Amino acid sequence: MLLIVLSGLITSCLLIPFGKFFRSKWSLSLAVLPLALFMYFAGHIPFISQGNTIVESHRWVPSLSVNFDFSLNGLSLLFSLLITGIGSIIFIYASSYLKGHVYQDRFLGYLCLFMSAMLGVVLSDNILLLFVFWELTSISSFFLIGFNNDNSESRKSAITALSITGLGGFFLLAGLILMSQVAGTYSIGKLVESAQVITDHQYYPIIIALVFVGAFTKSAQFPFHFWLPGAMKAPTPVSAYLHSATMVKAGIFLLARFTPVLGGTDAWSWTLMAVGGFTMIYAAFHSLFRIDLKGVLAYSTISALGILTFLIGMGSEEALIAACTFIVVHALYKATLFLVTGIIDHETGTRDLTKLSGLRAVLVPVFIAGLLAALSSAGLPLSVGFIGKDLIYEATLHADATVSMYLTAAAILTNICLVAAGFMAGIRPFTGKLNPAFEKVHLPHATMWIPPLVLGILGFILGFFPGILGKYVVTAVLNGMTGMPAAVELKIWHGFNLVLLLSIGTLVVGAVLYLLNKPRAGSLQLLERFNRLSPQAVFGDISHFFVSFSERYTNLFHNGFLRSYLLKIIVFAEILLLYELLIGGPIFIDYSQLSPITFYEAANVFILIGAVIMTVTTSSRLTAVVGTSVIGYAICLMFVFYSAPDLAITQFTIDTLTVVLFVFVLFNLPSFLNFSTNNKATVVRDAFVAISFGVILSIIAIKVLQQPTSIDISNYYGKYAYELAKGKNVVNVILVDFRGFDTMFEIVVLSIAALGVYSLLKLRLKSSEKE
Amino acid sequence: MRSPILQTAAKYLLPILLLFSAFLLLRGHYHPGGGFVGGLVASIAFVLHSFAYGTDNTMKLLWYKPLTLIPIGLMIASAAMFAPVLFGLPVMTGLWFDQPIPVIGMIGSALFFDLGVYLVVIGVVLTILFTISLYTH
Repeated sequence: MLLIVLSGLITSCLLIPFGKFFRSKWSLSLAVLPLALFMYFAGHIPFISQGNTIVESHRWVPSLSVNFDFSLNGLSLLFSLLITGIGSIIFIYASSYLKGHVYQDRFLGYLCLFMSAMLGVVLSDNILLLFVFWELTSISSFFLIGFNNDNSESRKSAITALSITGLGGFFLLAGLILMSQVAGTYSIGKLVESAQVITDHQYYPIIIALVFVGAFTKSAQFPFHFWLPGAMKAPTPVSAYLHSATMVKAGIFLLARFTPVLGGTDAWSWTLMAVGGFTMIYAAFHSLFRIDLKGVLAYSTISALGILTFLIGMGSEEALIAACTFIVVHALYKATLFLVTGIIDHETGTRDLTKLSGLRAVLVPVFIAGLLAALSSAGLPLSVGFIGKDLIYEATLHADATVSMYLTAAAILTNICLVAAGFMAGIRPFTGKLNPAFEKVHLPHATMWIPPLVLGILGFILGFFPGILGKYVVTAVLNGMTGMPAAVELKIWHGFNLVLLLSIGTLVVGAVLYLLNKPRAGSLQLLERFNRLSPQAVFGDISHFFVSFSERYTNLFHNGFLRSYLLKIIVFAEILLLYELLIGGPIFIDYSQLSPITFYEAANVFILIGAVIMTVTTSSRLTAVVGTSVIGYAICLMFVFYSAPDLAITQFTIDTLTVVLFVFVLFNLPSFLNFSTNNKATVVRDAFVAISFGVILSIIAIKVLQQPTSIDISNYYGKYAYELAKGKNVVNVILVDFRGFDTMFEIVVLSIAALGVYSLLKLRLKSSEKE
Repeated sequence: MRSPILQTAAKYLLPILLLFSAFLLLRGHYHPGGGFVGGLVASIAFVLHSFAYGTDNTMKLLWYKPLTLIPIGLMIASAAMFAPVLFGLPVMTGLWFDQPIPVIGMIGSALFFDLGVYLVVIGVVLTILFTISLYTH
């Protein structure tokens, strides 16, 4: 299974060197990969639908408990089939959709990467592994949304999507780790066994809150839903694949996967029902006012995700059956509608509902696909959508008697809006009089219009024979989720009852709503007046606040003057050291321990002080440079006096080279600023800071003397330098042997610095050459 | 402004300083010295030459850009670091020849590590100084 999961990743890596072969001619051949995977998973249906689970484990990072543990149960199987099945369709479609695009190979590579990541999410049994793949889906989605990277809108949407889903990922990670700490295992299979421990634990509310944030951001639940409409900037195959059929359902998958672990409590179900319920109504209502085809689809997708969250929240067996049926239903009709929209966009160049009309005359097969999908989405009897909707109503009607009426009302309201939205996307562009501008529109390549048609027809085949879906897929999912054997039978005909009545009523009211709701730019503007209050605006304000805060912070601390940086660093160090000195207690100086002052030392200190005075008072930079080097040499002499020859030689050569460096750059520096003549306040301030820093360091040096010194370390090095490293110079032995790693990294840092200087100056030369 | 005194001195000082730097490098394990100081002294030798004859002439003398010394040095140092792995020992373990070599004395992996440091230091110092001197005037 490891190879299956990673096959997409490997393929995308292979596309880096061999991508140019797949750019136009052979791009279709890549669809073999998802097709083969689909066959592989389809082959497991009979085995898994009997309630079996396939488990596989490979070691990865055992010390961190991150291992390639995979398990294939009913739920994973459903999602794997969706990922690879819809994936095959998308790969075929994209081969023509992006024909001739310069970066087609790159696009297919991202798709492969995404497919791999998504399979990893649904198959992982280790929660840390799940998280790794979870983040990979966000990252690949970022690349796909920003695929048209020369468009600033598209880049912005990509970053919004990444930051929202990435933020959710952080919360999810925290939740997962907390959960595993409570239960003491990283395996989802084992977590299920200790479900009771987790739900009774005092951290339980925190855990579900964190997991919810992760799932809601990924599945675009209110108030995090706004990244999804933005994500529609991606090429249409991506919207169909990631932002409708698979990736956004990862959050739903997560909730479903953890239902046996965390579910069943009031907090769990009420939160999910409230958030899902609000999202489904809010988004369904919004979808009616969009005039961009993809906008309509984006909002109706959010609404569908809301329905799924809502159903998982209800948690009854009927609700779970409804949820997994609806996942299939939605994937089938929504992917079709997206692909139809993609063809319209590709051929006419617009997605504006106010401009599109009468396309049935020129795009017949596409019209049929759109019609089938719209009817399935509306829940016409004999379509798979009908069964999906029936199950939803059944679940809400059979819920707790006190709330079942409200739940049913919410579901009906949502579905009415969704019927109208489905008609808007699948039927409106094809009806009415053909816009003369589109008379020359022709059918695209067969690889583009066959996939949506296949999906549309499949929606009706499953509608005619719902038993297939029920027996093989839904049963398996239910087994996987509840752990109890169940036999689900889906039927077309339930007899004349309330559910049928509600279903037909929804269809009729939705159709009327569709006829009444003409696409107008005006209504969208009316809706946008409330945008100030929308979550998107709130998130925008927050991020704007961060940007302006960091701008002010940066301007305050990084004003570009070296002297101001030095001042801040030194003042900060002074405050810290002073605090340490104050709490450290009094200082005693033991004069008997100090060595007597010799004549050479006194003379050296005299030279040192003279050089310091010369440096700070001179008005010439050259003199100042010479002054500092005299200070450096005087300090070298100190090292010589106190028998540190290694240090002395090094300091000596470094000082020499510093002077040379100064001489080289002297003429390129700005004019020498001398504050002593014109700005007394600055002089006093700098003098104060400098002198107090010197005083503090001197006090610390004295204080060090009174500390009892531990000579263990020196003894250790002194003893073993010769015994182990065969060297008599302890300093050098430490550098090249005991602490050789440090030296290694130091020379790497030096090399980076040299490369930095080299490339910066070279770069400047290049740009001046251009001028 | 080229001073004949400086030029003559630099001509003789360059080989002497280089010899001295090699001496510092080799004695480092037993007496004051080592790769870092040795590298600095060697670069000072070239800097002195560049003061006397101009950076362009020093670059000609060097044949290759000093930048090329950096990867060579890093490679030698990391080879010395990872050589013990070939003998099944942990990284950075000191390896030594059994018999001392005439003039140089005992040779071990530490010396090669130091040689790497020596070359990197020369490369880094000369790259920085010569780039600045060549490209800022």
